[in-house]
Amino acid sequence: MQIDFILNENKCCIEVAPDEMLADALRKIGMLSIRQGCDTSCCGLCSVWLERSPVLSCTIPAFRVHGKKVTTIEGVQTEAEKFARILAAEGAEQCGFCSPGFIMTVLAMKNELQNPSDEAIQHYLAGNLCRCTGYMGQMRAVKTYLEVTAS
Amino acid sequence: MKWVGKSVPKIDGVAIATGKPLYTEDMVVSGTLTVKLLRSPHAFARIKTIDTVAARALPGVECILTYQDVPKVRFTTAGQSFPEPSPYDRLILDEWVRYVGDEVAIVAAVDEKTAIAAMNLIRVEYEVLEPVLDLATAIDHVSIVHPEHDVHCNVPIGLDKNRNIASAYTVEHGDIEGELAQCDVVVEETYRTQAQAQAMMETFRTFTQLDHAGRLVVISSTQIPFHVRRQLARALQIPSTRIRVIKPRIGGGFGAKQTGVAEMYAAIVTLKTGKPAKIVYGRKETFIASNSRHATELTVRMGATRDGIIRVIDIQGLSDTGAYGEHAPTVFFVIGDKTLPLYNKTKAVRFGGHAVYTNKQPGGALRGYGATQGTFVQESTVNKLAEALGMDPIELRLKNLIQEGETSLYYRGKKIGSSSLHRCIARGKELIGWNEKFPRIEKNGKVRAVGMAVTMQGSGIANIDTASAEIRLGDDGNYLLLVGSTDMGTGSDTILLQMAAEVMNTSMDRFAIHAADTDVSPFDPGSYASSTTYVTGMAVKKAAEELRGKIIAAAAQTLAVPATELDFDGDRCYHGPTGSEISVPQIAVNSVVGPNLQQLSGYATFGSPISPPPYMAGFAEVEVDKATGKVILLDYVAVVDCGTVVNPNLARVQTEGGIVQGIGMALFEEVQYDSRGTLQSSSFMTYKIPGRQDIGQIRVEFIESHEPTGPFGAKSIGEVVINTPPPAIAAAVYNAVGVRITDLPITPEKIFMGMQSAQGKPES
Repeated sequence: MQIDFILNENKCCIEVAPDEMLADALRKIGMLSIRQGCDTSCCGLCSVWLERSPVLSCTIPAFRVHGKKVTTIEGVQTEAEKFARILAAEGAEQCGFCSPGFIMTVLAMKNELQNPSDEAIQHYLAGNLCRCTGYMGQMRAVKTYLEVTAS
Repeated sequence: MKWVGKSVPKIDGVAIATGKPLYTEDMVVSGTLTVKLLRSPHAFARIKTIDTVAARALPGVECILTYQDVPKVRFTTAGQSFPEPSPYDRLILDEWVRYVGDEVAIVAAVDEKTAIAAMNLIRVEYEVLEPVLDLATAIDHVSIVHPEHDVHCNVPIGLDKNRNIASAYTVEHGDIEGELAQCDVVVEETYRTQAQAQAMMETFRTFTQLDHAGRLVVISSTQIPFHVRRQLARALQIPSTRIRVIKPRIGGGFGAKQTGVAEMYAAIVTLKTGKPAKIVYGRKETFIASNSRHATELTVRMGATRDGIIRVIDIQGLSDTGAYGEHAPTVFFVIGDKTLPLYNKTKAVRFGGHAVYTNKQPGGALRGYGATQGTFVQESTVNKLAEALGMDPIELRLKNLIQEGETSLYYRGKKIGSSSLHRCIARGKELIGWNEKFPRIEKNGKVRAVGMAVTMQGSGIANIDTASAEIRLGDDGNYLLLVGSTDMGTGSDTILLQMAAEVMNTSMDRFAIHAADTDVSPFDPGSYASSTTYVTGMAVKKAAEELRGKIIAAAAQTLAVPATELDFDGDRCYHGPTGSEISVPQIAVNSVVGPNLQQLSGYATFGSPISPPPYMAGFAEVEVDKATGKVILLDYVAVVDCGTVVNPNLARVQTEGGIVQGIGMALFEEVQYDSRGTLQSSSFMTYKIPGRQDIGQIRVEFIESHEPTGPFGAKSIGEVVINTPPPAIAAAVYNAVGVRITDLPITPEKIFMGMQSAQGKPES
């Protein structure tokens, strides 16, 4: 079936199978930042925005985004890079495989929450697993990023 | 120093974090076949018939391979230098299937859907056999996991396949029983450590194609490109000159990718069809059909004098290598080798036992590699001994631990290198507030307690790990560093550049680095065994020193002055007495333009006869809910001696990440099977790795020592950091509620059951 949606601010018209998930459909059209780390919707690696909210693209049938707005990290490179530099300055990207999904969630959180507490940050980001860093460095980077962008 | 000791961000950090296409799956070209593997539903069976006719007839199917279609030469997939100590007990496909998930058929089709549909059309008739599912009953079990006649090994490892023994090992110094009889206090305990999954975020994946010369190009998420090349040459029975293995960016490894898991399946499809092929494991496949930490059952006896001098340590037991023997002898060996030397006032030490075959997923390498299991059992026993002696466990350790320049019975007179372990313990004690909190504080029905453990690891494998590095001075006066180590996210490419830039006294952006590609890179075993900083690092340092010497010599010749009178500031060579100078770019041009020249490069190979241990002292503070047995980890303090800290930020994150994996092993993670041998914990829903809300505060400090044999005084950091959480948290739980958990992980159920029993131990 054919779907029309807005991908990273551009009109996009693609053919998808009825059982095709958004993650696979996006990778097929070159959104190679989309990575998958589980088969069970629990790692957060494939996070993208549907409208303005982070969603797991591995679990959303592609046809569901018909008429909607999808944003991947390819569409928010300037802001993603701003945070990625802070993350890398902490050494907290490590293998980087979970980073695009993590960054999409962090950027969404920044839009959504005003001056979040540590607890609120951890709660918001709880769905993004990381096996390398032990999360501490990610937290330091998130707090620095929120500070830097607040002023 | 200009670069060593600086928190330089990783050179690839921003690119990988912002989603650039740099990993294996991102390299796949259009027209690539998708490879899927039909896996055994039985823990142990012999294939009677396989009918692939219907599957082959499906449009879009390119290739279906069964055990009848693969070379009959056994090999090992363990990533180890030749001759590998792991048994040659594998074929690409075998008529025997030895665990639930073992490969039965390889299917390649134009897309994933077709491949799966074809897989479902394959009909297999099995002769189902009784599986060996418990390591404790594996030896002399009625079933023999490897009944075939051509299992063999390169080196004697005590393989006795008819008894399901993959490897036997014993080392003994002194008279164990005699010395135990003289000890005032003897404690004994039996422990079980679980199989743990590496659970790196990027699952196994490989992309293969033929190049312009018909050579097999293997792009793979691997820690061991050179070992994979050798494995493929043997498994596929083609010359290694026909194979090129390239490692792009990797999404974590933790040892999982120190075994050649997926490469051979894509490779054989490309060889048979001539077409590009990719294989991408799902998470379930990764959980059930790759490798995990070897489960162990170990009994420790420890004897001491009344005043707390440890005289005897005896560790005996079993390790479960599952269906194949990858890393079986070496992981077992490390259990003793990276624990027993710590306590060097002993008069008798012994370590021994067997790695046994069972019909489970194979064991493999996982950060710590036996030392993690050994640390849990030894440190838990030291904590128990301290209680029996009525002594503070820190005091007991300080009395008994090896110090810089000392040796131990276990190391047969070999002196250990640098150590700040005693200072690490003192600092950690202060940070955690041991004096105020040990053993417990009860307030308002809640109990908080502390526990601690120490550990050591190695830095590379002594006398085996040997790495080479090359640095070329390019025609533009800049440098290219070539290494074969495999940065899997640790930042090793970055820290190796820091070292090279340090020696060349210049900025890091004058360098490019290339790693790792078997056609291009100098030989390196790959990144495992905590080897990269120490072994590859030293090779890089020596290569840089050689190049620096050549640059100065070339300048001396051009300027017609003695080399000893030249100063090299990274940009130029300057002769003080005459004021003459020549720039590095000019030296570069002089070495590449004109007749009778030789381009300047430094090339060095380094292997060490020793493996200097890094150390860590770990301290846990927990809160235990007495009504439910639930443990909350409030605080974890780590004080680490990795020698010189080459990059403080990267070392810190390595430490934090390793601790959290250790916390996972301590509290949550366990590879579990049902009674028929089917792995149950096959997703992140059933195999819990720590999330960000599961851990409390983690505090890391370094106390540097200076390792004279390491680059700039450095040792290793990668593995040592995972070892302390299981024993430290177990000790804290014991101090909180008096329940001694000897069977990991430490679950609320076990604690609760232990609190109900008079022995303070859950019924097993």
